[in-house]
Amino acid sequence: MSGVMELSIWQVALSYVFVLVVLGILIKRGIRRERELLLASLRMTVQLILTGYALTFIFGTPSPWLTLLIISFMVAYAIRTVFQKFKGRLSTSLKKTVAGAMAAGTFSCIFYFILVVIQIDPWYQPQYFIPLAGMMIGNSMTGISLGVKSLLDGMTTQRQLVEEALNLGATPKMATHDIINSTFDAAIMPTINAMLGMGVISLPGMMTGQILSGTAPTTAVMYQIAIMLGILGAVSLTVILLLQFGYKSFFNDQDQLV
Amino acid sequence: MFEIRNLKYQEVLEIPELSIKPGVTVIAGASGSGKTTLLRLLNKSISPTEGSITYNGTELKEIPSVKLRREVLLLSQQPAIFNGDLRHNLEIGFKFQNKALPSEKAMLEMLQQVHLNKTLETEVRLLSGGEKQRLVIARVFLLAPAVFLLDEPSSALDDVTEESVIRLVVEKARRDGQSIIMVTHSKAVAAQFADEIIELEDGKIKDRGARS
Ligand SMILES: Nc1ncnc2c1ncn2[C@@H]1O[C@H](COP(=O)(O)OP(=O)(O)O)[C@@H](O)[C@H]1O
Ligand SMILES: [Mg+2]
Repeated sequence: MSGVMELSIWQVALSYVFVLVVLGILIKRGIRRERELLLASLRMTVQLILTGYALTFIFGTPSPWLTLLIISFMVAYAIRTVFQKFKGRLSTSLKKTVAGAMAAGTFSCIFYFILVVIQIDPWYQPQYFIPLAGMMIGNSMTGISLGVKSLLDGMTTQRQLVEEALNLGATPKMATHDIINSTFDAAIMPTINAMLGMGVISLPGMMTGQILSGTAPTTAVMYQIAIMLGILGAVSLTVILLLQFGYKSFFNDQDQLV
Repeated sequence: MFEIRNLKYQEVLEIPELSIKPGVTVIAGASGSGKTTLLRLLNKSISPTEGSITYNGTELKEIPSVKLRREVLLLSQQPAIFNGDLRHNLEIGFKFQNKALPSEKAMLEMLQQVHLNKTLETEVRLLSGGEKQRLVIARVFLLAPAVFLLDEPSSALDDVTEESVIRLVVEKARRDGQSIIMVTHSKAVAAQFADEIIELEDGKIKDRGARS
């Protein structure tokens, strides 16, 4: 089978019509999001072009150190994104927990996935490692963002219930049990929903990409199933690590709410 | 029971010396005088900025908070009610404390004693303010701790119900050898039930004395 059909720069330019349409709607309706839309379009374009060049270089010079460096950078960037999203709302100890959960959760799942499930040889082959790790990190980041939001909201709106539980003799862990459960639920729901609709209401990006570039659909499907489960694992592990340790940041060493 | 020395909590409370003996103690004082703060210090919801509090001779600092709170139970001024039915609310403290759940009979008796004649399956959102207040009283009394800290436990009750609920609570505690430290605005309640009355003003002790 021949490779993928090339797309010319003019063809890509035509796709910006969609941005213009959205921009028109925003202006006409007076919804003040023009800046964000333009910024997002611009950043997406620039970031992807740079990534394209970077990947070309990386694929040309595969090395275990380079691969490790890149996924470390990706994880660090994801952590930073979460921090910025909750600027001013995260205590130092919660930040540490977010970073730790993100790093431990994604790294362990990525390595299990690459070494045990897919069994890439050599393991650091960048054209496998980077996109697969990227999907797991990206989804974990979304999961942990949802988790942090739901945890902060829960600890605010349900503070009275937590206090009441402490008064009735609960440990901090017991007092936050319900908040932790609903947070875990909120954080993994999008992944579960994605799985529910997969193949019917959505053809996932990786699978589509493989098919576009000439891979047999059955092979693409196998990869998709594996990565979807890998994502589920990474998201769940990251979020549960966040919650296992994160609730403690709302209490001091005297088990008092802070 | 409680000994307070050189206590300061932020700019809110300043008590050079206070001893609270077993029995029934009423804490009185205007709104904002520091009554709630004092109770919250006694169950370690908060810790003093300066000074010390001991409970039966041991510094509160040395007693694990969760252990203390199971023994010195605070019914806060605005107690939260957990979604669900009466049973859930009566049982939840036992679950938190890893204790065997109370029997159906014990729960119904307790409800009856606070004049809450509802089934255990009644949803709490259907209760009136006064009924909720009696539910939370029942909730802490079933748990039978050594000391009750009651922060205006009868503010939403009418005078008649207040009298009878507080009477019940005090008599039950006396019978079982439990102590009560209670914030109340009711002079009648204080005069009738308190062994000792402590009056706060602006975060300081204004007056204390035995029931007249
Ligand atoms: N954590 C706190 N920090 C600072 N001030 C507080 C805090 N908690 C309560 N206060 C203030 O302390 C005073 C006493 O409050 P409180 O103990 O609730 O009074 P009371 O129960 O007698 O009405 C009030 O002026 C209140 O605003
Ligand atoms: Mg008060």
